[in-house]
Amino acid sequence: MKHRATWLFAILLVIALPLSLLAGRIWLDPWSTPNAAVILMELRLPRGILAIVVGAGLGAAGAAMQGYLRNPLADPGLFGIAPGAALGAVLALFLGLATAWLLPLFALAGAAGAMALLALIAGRTGGIALFTLAGMMLASLAGALTSLLISFAPNAFAVSEIVTWLMGALTDRGWHEVWLAAPLTLAGIVCLTRAGRGLDALTLGEAAARSLGIQPVQLQAWLIAGVGLTVGSGVAVAGVVGFVGLIVPHLVRPLTDRRPSSLLVPSALAGALLVLVADALCRILPLVTELRLGIALSLLGAPFFLALLLRMRRGMA
Amino acid sequence: MLEARDIAVTLGHHPALHGLSVALEPGTVTAICGPNGAGKSTLLSTLAGLLRPDSGQVLLDGGALSGLVPRVRAKAIGYLPQSAEVAWDVSVDSLVALGRLPHGDAAGAGAAAIEATIAALDLQPLAQRPVSQLSGGEKARALLARVLAGQPRWILADEPLAALDLAHQLALLARLGEAAQRGAGVVLVLHDLALAMNHADRVLVLEQGRLAADGPPQEALSEAVIARVWGVAARWLGEPGARALATR
Repeated sequence: MKHRATWLFAILLVIALPLSLLAGRIWLDPWSTPNAAVILMELRLPRGILAIVVGAGLGAAGAAMQGYLRNPLADPGLFGIAPGAALGAVLALFLGLATAWLLPLFALAGAAGAMALLALIAGRTGGIALFTLAGMMLASLAGALTSLLISFAPNAFAVSEIVTWLMGALTDRGWHEVWLAAPLTLAGIVCLTRAGRGLDALTLGEAAARSLGIQPVQLQAWLIAGVGLTVGSGVAVAGVVGFVGLIVPHLVRPLTDRRPSSLLVPSALAGALLVLVADALCRILPLVTELRLGIALSLLGAPFFLALLLRMRRGMA
Repeated sequence: MLEARDIAVTLGHHPALHGLSVALEPGTVTAICGPNGAGKSTLLSTLAGLLRPDSGQVLLDGGALSGLVPRVRAKAIGYLPQSAEVAWDVSVDSLVALGRLPHGDAAGAGAAAIEATIAALDLQPLAQRPVSQLSGGEKARALLARVLAGQPRWILADEPLAALDLAHQLALLARLGEAAQRGAGVVLVLHDLALAMNHADRVLVLEQGRLAADGPPQEALSEAVIARVWGVAARWLGEPGARALATR
């Protein structure tokens, strides 16, 4: 009962992964499709695992952010880490350095820069309001710098390359992205679970949380590290994938006892499931070019979220 | 013993407490009274170790409070803030279990303390209910239970009775009185002078960050003190233990 949501999403994920490996414009039959093993091992499996890694990071980061800000509308993008990572990647594209390794490394550097700035500006006091404002300021600065780079792009091809990358996708990703993102995301989720006790205490407000022995500066450090590692590595390998961090904790919360700490792991699993399924849908849809994952999630997420809000409103009335 | 020694606290640029000294005894109910802005909440937060004084220090059993690891301090001092904020719609038993956070044993040895506190505050029928479905009085009881579940030696509560009806005020005071009888030091910020007069063992009256009166309620809340500190002409009516304040 207590881990109901964890089990539910873990089981769904175990069912969804093999299905997603077979799914595509051409459905794979492991016994008859030529080169099935190569397609599976070199294309679809790393892509599926990467979807799980990126989704898990975004789901857990969203749950932690909502717990920290005590606000169900908080999203991992709010801290400026995702925009910072995006800026790094766009810089790599702008400089023509967007190789398979350099682009994610630039993005990680961008995320690290945003984390360092956040820690520098807000980290000493541990106050939540200052932290949030600093994050929003960073997000808007990184967004402006990204736009600036796009407007200075040397040619139309570069612009299109940057804009397409920003939409987020898992197309043509391979094992090296998995090796890059998976350990960082895992480390990030561990950091976020370390923040769980503090997030639970914050349910009662900042003063009560401190009276329960929570150290705001320490809590903030775990959170910056956790969100930075999960979201930073996610953006580094998949571009900007919105909505997951916002909607997943909403979906999961009613299935838990609503304490922020009990939301973290199920949100990671549900986020993994959502991105995995959305990415498989992107592959299946019979469109001229493959639908970008970021667009698909927003198309899927926005109406869903709206329906959820309307249902919640009816429930409250 | 919880002791403030010559503490001065500044909030922003505004001096809130000026060199205040007070020593509180365990096993008693102390009420902190005073007009708005007198520094009551500031004193309570400082005694709870949440605000660090600019000068002077707070001592717990003779040792500096600021020298304690936050979790150790949290085990000794339970603090109930004025705001009844509960950000997520958790159930009453999850809320009460938060009181065990400093001990880290809500799922283990602390479960008995949580259960006992829920029973002591008559919250059993509500244990599974989400806090959004509680009345104001029930929520106040659940929030107090959260503090009591940690079994702190000191219970510091900032206006725990505000927004409660008379019956709930008395019920909560009775629970706090029981905690004091079991040996806990109870310190309450109270606005209702009659409740302080009838239920506190000792009253501290603050005025502009200084101690204006300190002693048994009948002395610290005498008509003369009320006239001087609050600027209100008032008379106590009734018997000791059941006093009412008449104002013109």
